[in-house]
Amino acid sequence: MNFLRKSLDKIKKPFEKGQKLEKFAPAFNAFDTLLFVPNHTTKKGSHIRDAVDLKRTMVTVIIALLPALIYGIYNTGYQYYIQIEESFTFLDAFIHGSWKIIPMIIVSYVVGLSIEFGFAVYRGHEVNEGYLVTGLLIPMIMPIDIPLWMVGISTAFAVLVAKEAFGGTGMNILNPALTARAFAFFAYPTYMSGNKVWVSEAGNIDAISGETILGTLAAGGQVNYSMMEMFQGSIPGSIAETSTLWVAVGALILILTGVGSWRIIFGGIIGAAIMGLLFNLWGQNELMSFSWINHLVVGGFAFGIVFMATDPVSAAQTTKGKWIYGILVGIFCIMIRVFNPAYPEGVMLAILLMNVFAPTIDHYVVNANISMRKKRWANASHELKTT
Amino acid sequence: MEVIKEIETRRGANLKLNGIAEKIIEKSPSVANYALRPDDFFGTIPKLCLKEGSKVLAGSPVFFNKKNPDIKIVSPISGTIKTIERGPKRKIELIIIEPSKKQDSIKHQVKGWERMDISDLKVLLMESGNWPFIHQRPYGVMANPLDEPKSIFVTTAKTDPLHEDFNFVLKNEQKEFQLGIDLLNKFVDQPVFLGIDKSFPGYFESIKGVQHYSFKGPHPAGNLSFHIQKLSPINMGDRIWTVNPEDVVNLGRFITSGIFSSQRTIAVSGNAVQNPKYFKTKIGAELAPFINNVLVKEDKVRVINGDVLTGTIADVSGYLGYFNNLITIIPEGSHYRMFGWLPFKDNKILSLSNTSLSRFINRNGFEVDTNLNGEERALVVTGEMEKIFPLDIFPMQLIKACMVEDIEKMEALGIYEVVTEDFGLVDYANTSKLEAQEIIRHGIELMINEVG
Repeated sequence: MNFLRKSLDKIKKPFEKGQKLEKFAPAFNAFDTLLFVPNHTTKKGSHIRDAVDLKRTMVTVIIALLPALIYGIYNTGYQYYIQIEESFTFLDAFIHGSWKIIPMIIVSYVVGLSIEFGFAVYRGHEVNEGYLVTGLLIPMIMPIDIPLWMVGISTAFAVLVAKEAFGGTGMNILNPALTARAFAFFAYPTYMSGNKVWVSEAGNIDAISGETILGTLAAGGQVNYSMMEMFQGSIPGSIAETSTLWVAVGALILILTGVGSWRIIFGGIIGAAIMGLLFNLWGQNELMSFSWINHLVVGGFAFGIVFMATDPVSAAQTTKGKWIYGILVGIFCIMIRVFNPAYPEGVMLAILLMNVFAPTIDHYVVNANISMRKKRWANASHELKTT
Repeated sequence: MEVIKEIETRRGANLKLNGIAEKIIEKSPSVANYALRPDDFFGTIPKLCLKEGSKVLAGSPVFFNKKNPDIKIVSPISGTIKTIERGPKRKIELIIIEPSKKQDSIKHQVKGWERMDISDLKVLLMESGNWPFIHQRPYGVMANPLDEPKSIFVTTAKTDPLHEDFNFVLKNEQKEFQLGIDLLNKFVDQPVFLGIDKSFPGYFESIKGVQHYSFKGPHPAGNLSFHIQKLSPINMGDRIWTVNPEDVVNLGRFITSGIFSSQRTIAVSGNAVQNPKYFKTKIGAELAPFINNVLVKEDKVRVINGDVLTGTIADVSGYLGYFNNLITIIPEGSHYRMFGWLPFKDNKILSLSNTSLSRFINRNGFEVDTNLNGEERALVVTGEMEKIFPLDIFPMQLIKACMVEDIEKMEALGIYEVVTEDFGLVDYANTSKLEAQEIIRHGIELMINEVG
């Protein structure tokens, strides 16, 4: 470890202040700090600091994503093999999935991180860790057969327009990963919807359609999957969102470590359940009479509410605001599902919509505190006048 | 004793560090130099009354506040002004006073103070150098003698890490404490608010002529901002005065003898100290003799005037701050940690975050150092400040308002109700390593200049 540290210090020399590569220091530091937490000490303010930093927080999110990702890789292979009706082992399925998905992850990281590094050097700040999560999320919510160049373009769009245009990490209004998906969704609709994109290679095989459950329902069809299959996730869908079970494991990690807001997650579940129940009572069409519990386990709802809605930057920031935000995401998700057959999965649009309204929610929550204070001032000056 | 209100909070955290001072008070070792540091008086512009080489008595004015020339800051001892250290732009950093062998003091006429006019009493305190003991809210600056405060607050217990125990420190000074309270009561319509720790009220229970209240909860439950917000919230234009407990004793001693009392009982503590304990000394004492007395375990240490969250850096060759009862000595950090960003790694570092097991593994005392444990980043994580902030204020929103210098917003979000020290724990705990205290201090300075 000492040897490594010493050699790093040696390489670091030209990047130090006043040296010729000073401008590129953020790029070098990004690698350096990936190996070692730096030796900086406190200069002002509190003299001791917590062990937690943004890197640790983001790595925790990545760990929480892994169960869903690994299951997603397996499910990709599983869907492929049952479609071509070949016998296969767990390993076969896993290899097929990796073959498809790992290139997407690489493209997303390479494109996104290049832009992030460029902006860090240009603006002269350190590379923020936020993209480590975004870069993994983007491929996880794409359909499996999307061409790699589309992943690249969506990623570039998301990082440039949704994030850097607003000033970088911490300043964005919309969740960057969802923006990437929304971009692909509207720019290349044929690759993002229909019944041929959800199962690996489905376009090349004239087999039974691999439609998603919500797609089937929106078309008025009958669902042939059991509740257990939906929960476990052995159904067609975007890469890593199908398994509510493994998403729940991730949710548990986020909640126990305090990294994800349990208020948003539970708020979302409550909102979606209430909305689902109301529609069940109404029961006009297939989607409305689809049981509210099933609504919670199919589609990207679970994944969205756990990993996307809880993004602290684009979500509401106040405690009360988080509840309101979560509940509204849940309500809108089911509402869009039911009322808009063109978008059978509502969670993406619901979260993006609430991202836009999150500052407004916070505004009203904070204003309640402000008006309480102003009222107190007014009362005090009134008392002064009367006495 | 009748407690007018019990206040309680769950929001906050007690940082359990090693090196709490043992309850022994030692006599001061011989101190070669004393110093006054104008920076200890936040919001004051110093103007010297004396030159280098001038002789002073204990209680002689050394400098005054340019904004209010009647307020004198006096010498804690008699001797000679040895050097005046200046910083950039000739800013006065330190006024070092070498004590003389024979200690003389200036004596003021205090007989019959009970019957004095309030304005005469104020003049007496200003002339004798006692006025700086009185602080003002909002802003946490020196009180303005022209104001009539709504109330006066004294808290007899603290909650910050390694905090001194005033029940022990002032155990033999009950009489002086009572007199100091009587003096302060002259300035307000309602009796002084006296805060006591709910679990260890000590003799402060029996102090007369005060409104007792008790508090309970993790740090910063002992901070006056929290007490004031619960008992006598600051409205626009309100002035509230606060006095540190030992300065109440100093005031009490002055009012009986007429001699400026500069007594300080300090706890020299911290995990770099072999045998942490208390000393009786005077304001501005050189720290080296005390540091040598308690034995320092490490080579490179940081000496802090105050507690680890809010104190200021004093060199090993530094001086005791004007208002400090605590000196904390901790090792300097400056070491790398390989893959230190992995969750649940390095659990020996004290952490309030659930990405570390430190609080489950070690329930007693932590060894701390000055490592930043990461790098400064944009604000991403939300809700972590609120968890440790007991005031009814949105801390992150207030910090952001201070960053963009939006005065109207700062007012509305409660800048009048906070002082920098309230954000000590926010500094410590926030993931982005944001310098919250620095930002709030800047905001308060802005308010002083723009609003006053």
